[in-house]
Amino acid sequence: MAVATLGLLATIVLEILYKGSPDTIGFETWRPVVYAYVLWGVAIGVGQVLTRGEDGQRALFLLPALLFTIAMVIFPTLFGFYIALTDWNLSSFSGRRFNGLDNFWQMLGDPYYRNALFNMVLYVLAVAVEYVIAFGLALLLNAQIRARKFFRVVFLMPLMLSPVAVSWMIGKSLMEYRFGPAATLARHLGWENPAFFSDPIIARISIMILDAWTFIPFMMIMLLAGLQAMSREVLEAARVDGANAWQTFWQVTFPLMLPVSVTAVVLRIIFKLKLADIIITVTSGGPGGATDSVSSFIYREYRDRSNVGYGTMLAMAYLVIIVVFVTWLLKFANRFVRNVN
Amino acid sequence: MSVQTTEYVASEIRSPASFLASRVFIYGALAFWAFICLFPIYWTITTSFKTAVDVTQGHLIPFVDFQPDWKGWRSLGLSPDSIFQTSTVREEFLKRFMNSVITSVGASSLAIIIGSLAAYGLTRYRYHFAWFKNEDISFFFLSQLILPPVVLALPFLVLYREVGLLDTRIGLILLYTLMVLPIVIWIMRDQFNSIPVELEEAALVDGLSIWGAFFRIVMPIALPGMVAAFILAMVLCWNEYFFAALLTSTDAKTIPVMVASQTGSQGINWWSMAALATAAIAPLAVIGIALERYLIMGMTAGAVK
Repeated sequence: MAVATLGLLATIVLEILYKGSPDTIGFETWRPVVYAYVLWGVAIGVGQVLTRGEDGQRALFLLPALLFTIAMVIFPTLFGFYIALTDWNLSSFSGRRFNGLDNFWQMLGDPYYRNALFNMVLYVLAVAVEYVIAFGLALLLNAQIRARKFFRVVFLMPLMLSPVAVSWMIGKSLMEYRFGPAATLARHLGWENPAFFSDPIIARISIMILDAWTFIPFMMIMLLAGLQAMSREVLEAARVDGANAWQTFWQVTFPLMLPVSVTAVVLRIIFKLKLADIIITVTSGGPGGATDSVSSFIYREYRDRSNVGYGTMLAMAYLVIIVVFVTWLLKFANRFVRNVN
Repeated sequence: MSVQTTEYVASEIRSPASFLASRVFIYGALAFWAFICLFPIYWTITTSFKTAVDVTQGHLIPFVDFQPDWKGWRSLGLSPDSIFQTSTVREEFLKRFMNSVITSVGASSLAIIIGSLAAYGLTRYRYHFAWFKNEDISFFFLSQLILPPVVLALPFLVLYREVGLLDTRIGLILLYTLMVLPIVIWIMRDQFNSIPVELEEAALVDGLSIWGAFFRIVMPIALPGMVAAFILAMVLCWNEYFFAALLTSTDAKTIPVMVASQTGSQGINWWSMAALATAAIAPLAVIGIALERYLIMGMTAGAVK
């Protein structure tokens, strides 16, 4: 059976070589390679069971996910690094052309990309505000209240709704300059010109609000779970010792909640780094690219200019930045939690 | 619960005024945030029944401020008087809707199957793939969560074109599976860790195979966790916009793409947009209300030790 898997591996290589060379003429698609890969995966699974018995059966639990992820991530990422080094515009007929590091130098001098990166910093910083609000809501839900389930469902609602629909509901209609209720309210409150998306700074804040509306429930639920897992005796003890509510929170609740808080904030930041759809649908980066996140900028780079090579270079640079940042963040978070406890 | 309540009141009874103030504050804050959460939804639903005049004059309450009208729904072909007539918009909408259903259910199911298997393997057995150990493999899976969609989007666009999966549901399903797999593995690992190993050991002694023990003993216990993971995956796939916008054009377009493409045009048609947005959020709103318990379970998996 091991021979069979080897044989299939060989066929894949053959297919790649065979189809790779007459790329421009001949075969329409590479789909046979996909089938071959699936078949190969199955053969490996069967082979494992037949040759290694019980150990093979154990390996079979992990194999599908592993093969799937490797095929879907490793290969496209490597391929992406290659595309990043080409000048490839899908709408032009010249096809792709290897141009080394040209895209990279172009990226370094691109003010819009730098602006998008800067925006990501701002957007990530907004997580701090979201965290405070989410913590407040979690405390409210954890208090002795009636209709707790009702409020929990209501507070959870925004997370369920599609960001695209949300961006219409809030961004495009509630905040609409002429008739939107939010704009009307702002006029009543004395803001004479409530244009939420024309001033760069206000537009950024509006985007943050839209995104926060969707994702605050996410942090809230995690923090609520943390609050509910906290033992009541500790709080009782604090009260018996004469601490008031404010002291209890800062000296007991907050330190105990720190691990959950860190998890929630880190996850939230990871999601925040992917922010794109709200910006694409509400402002499409405007005014003048002021609200662009990296993802939405690259999206438009492709949509407007079909510039696959340059777009991929931007994406790959972003990936490197993110990996470095998140690795640092996880380390920092770990050390932070350990130091406090 | 009743014990706690009485105790709480007893400890606060020394100052009824401050007790009352704190109650007012708590319920005030709750009501305020409930309003923030619900108003956009309310606004969207009511706007789908408004005519142009009602929108421009900012009418808010149906029957008091304005007379509801099926205008928005008629433009989708979903109002009572147009539901039996043929409507191209309705066909388009239903097609997108089915695309969304098929891709999100398909991707969630696939992710649950391969994700739970992997999570089970990782919690129960020690693996060595070359120099990779269990922790490394787990980290490999979970690290996919960090990967921003934009990194994969363009390579996939090119690859899918070569493979002939561009603008197909299968292509989207594969990508969405990849997207939710880390979350599924995260949740299911937590689930399987909470199931005592002794159960399977007993089953193995009784003559079941490893896979038999998994299907007959472990899976029924882990079912709530699977439902939770499935629903969370469903929500994420249903709402996904980025990949769908890039990788689909005519055949496999999903609901969010349809909604977004309407907003792109100048001079938005308020009532039909509102109807469309309502239809896009309705399924998840229902799921959210009905299965809230599972959602919370999925989101808090592994957060609290």
